[in-house]
Amino acid sequence: MSFGFKGRALRSAAVAAMVAASGSPVLADEIFYVSGAVGNAVENFVNLVKPWEEATGHKVTLVPMPASTSDQFGQYRLWLAAGATDIDLYQTDVIWAPQLADHFVDLTEVAKDLAPTHFPSIIESQTVAGKLVALPIFTDAPALYYRKDLLEKYGVAVPKTWDELTVAAQTVQDGERAAGKGDFWGFVWQGNAYEGLTCNALEWVKSFGGGQIVEPDGTISINNENAAKALDTVKGWVGTISPEGVLAYQEEEARGVWQTGNAAFMRNWPYAYGLGNGADSAVKDLFGVTTLPVGGEGNTSAATLGGWNVAVSKYSQHQEAAISLAMYLAGPEAQKQRAINESNLPTIVALYDDADIAASQPIIPQWKDVFLNAVPRPSAPTLGKYNEVSAKFWSAVHETLSGNGTAAENLELLEADLTELKGEAW
Amino acid sequence: MTTANSVAGPKGLSLHQQRQRAAFWFLAPMLIALFCVAAWPLLRTVWFSFTDTSLNDLNGGKWIGFDNYLKIRTLESGKVIYRGTLVDPAWWNAVWNTVRFSVVSVVCETVIGLIIALVLNAEFKGRGLVRAAILIPWAIPTIVSAKMWAWMLNDQYGIINDIGMNLGLLTEKVAWTANTDTAMYAVLMVDIWKTAPFMALLCLAGLQMVPRDIYEAAKIDGINPVKVFFKITLPLIRPALMVAVIFRMLDALRVFDLIYVLTPNSAATKTMSVISRENLIDFDKFAYGSAQSTLLFAILAVFVALYIWLGKVDLSGESGK
Repeated sequence: MSFGFKGRALRSAAVAAMVAASGSPVLADEIFYVSGAVGNAVENFVNLVKPWEEATGHKVTLVPMPASTSDQFGQYRLWLAAGATDIDLYQTDVIWAPQLADHFVDLTEVAKDLAPTHFPSIIESQTVAGKLVALPIFTDAPALYYRKDLLEKYGVAVPKTWDELTVAAQTVQDGERAAGKGDFWGFVWQGNAYEGLTCNALEWVKSFGGGQIVEPDGTISINNENAAKALDTVKGWVGTISPEGVLAYQEEEARGVWQTGNAAFMRNWPYAYGLGNGADSAVKDLFGVTTLPVGGEGNTSAATLGGWNVAVSKYSQHQEAAISLAMYLAGPEAQKQRAINESNLPTIVALYDDADIAASQPIIPQWKDVFLNAVPRPSAPTLGKYNEVSAKFWSAVHETLSGNGTAAENLELLEADLTELKGEAW
Repeated sequence: MTTANSVAGPKGLSLHQQRQRAAFWFLAPMLIALFCVAAWPLLRTVWFSFTDTSLNDLNGGKWIGFDNYLKIRTLESGKVIYRGTLVDPAWWNAVWNTVRFSVVSVVCETVIGLIIALVLNAEFKGRGLVRAAILIPWAIPTIVSAKMWAWMLNDQYGIINDIGMNLGLLTEKVAWTANTDTAMYAVLMVDIWKTAPFMALLCLAGLQMVPRDIYEAAKIDGINPVKVFFKITLPLIRPALMVAVIFRMLDALRVFDLIYVLTPNSAATKTMSVISRENLIDFDKFAYGSAQSTLLFAILAVFVALYIWLGKVDLSGESGK
């Protein structure tokens, strides 16, 4: 890679000189941390690692990547396949562990005291064949964002089912448009054909009682009436309560519409909470969050389990420093700072009862409920084929929402494709 | 050769042989570089396409013959099933998308490029400045122009929708890149905007080779300008035009960046490059993706060969001037 090679050499020389001057025996390493960047991620990271840098004398540089997880995965896979030494730490999505396990250092031994303080299910998701591939740094579970002021203005209750949401969104949208806001929309979400659509669609399907695409035992369950009903409901939103362009939206596009005050509801991850209450936000203090609606009576709300972890590259030449940083980022101090500054959900159980977090981000203790409803994507049963399963699923959903074939037809085709992909076993 | 042999130099080599040897040494660095950056990756990809290599273990692939291309299996029930890229509807959809994109974009770019070139070929004040200015879209990196257009085409804040609404051309905001009906048009528009200047430049080079006195003679004979264009200009710039079209065609058939950045990853716009990258990197199907890349190369080669043959294009520049 070309970036900062000269700068790297110069800076390490400068650091070395400083260390020599102060007479400290510590050998300072410069390490590189790669991560997708949304919102204020880059600034926040600098503040986050400052205490660690001061304590160890090492220096860490963030290499920002595009926000799309699918794009990040492609690039990381290439770097890792090539055994690139330029990157020491990777911030990995919760679903990647089985696919990239071979390239990362086993952290079981170093984290034997830290790991038990985290949610066991998350640690389990990062363990592949007994090897702890990555340490969780924050977890993610999306929620329904709603405009308190507008629901009050139009006398609508916070929706509990998707049908109620459809009606509520339509009411508010019609009212606001009549009041002269021509660009106002009822509900924004992520409909681009990428991993995010898999997350959105899994929530619809699951909350309609349509299963979770591939069940934990490996059976393909997606072709069923409830799933088709869920997609038909969503199809009805496109062009009515959601802009047609939602089919090209990722998280940041949805947040753009929401944060400029042009939407009544939004489905998004917790990071949008802190940013939505930022000084430059048009919806500051005007919104609340709740669990995502359900399909109907007897169904439960579903939120796709997201979350990010930090993994140490096997090819890193500064493994000791990298592991130390990974431990710091996964530890209580950094997770607390992340929760307060970026409204990221901690993975350390005790932090949900932390008074400072409750004071600055009152939503986080409440998010524990959302998190308890979280459904995992089928990355565990489908192993190395997960990406293809996910791509086939999001394509089928995107086709349906774009009006190419009905939900029932596309799900039947999807089932056939997945059965073929599965072969004898996943 | 006989005359060359009579002036034998040192080591008994003829002058001609010496020259050939010198030429070889001068060319060697270039040939080695070409082998390393072009031939070797190409051959390796072809090799991968006949194996079951995965990206996690590049050297561990085993030879499986043509299975990635076409695999015929007879099930126990006696039913015969076909698998592989050659019977993969997703692949043929991508081929169709690519061909459609290439033909439409190259035709439009050639026509528009030629028109721009004819304008620029005329004498007017500030011509140099206009010539430089028109190249700007071509000079912007594709990724940057794709992002720029993505914002301009954005359904909520995009300037295109804003202008359209204000002029009364659109009744509601259109999601240009998200809607599968308009996504391909959006891609075509951006591509034409970007590469028409390149075509214009190549056409202009051709136009400036046409001797001025032919035009003067035509003018004196009172031949109308349309006839002049079709009978004089077009035949004379044909060689330059044909070469320009080949360049663009090769470029268009392997289009990737524009589509990847501008549109959602849907079947309506996926091209051969996009789908093979997806298999190579995103999915655990490195060998399958290699097979698709190899087919992409083969399709490109066939296209160019057909074009050269049908258009009688002279790439060597040796035939009668």
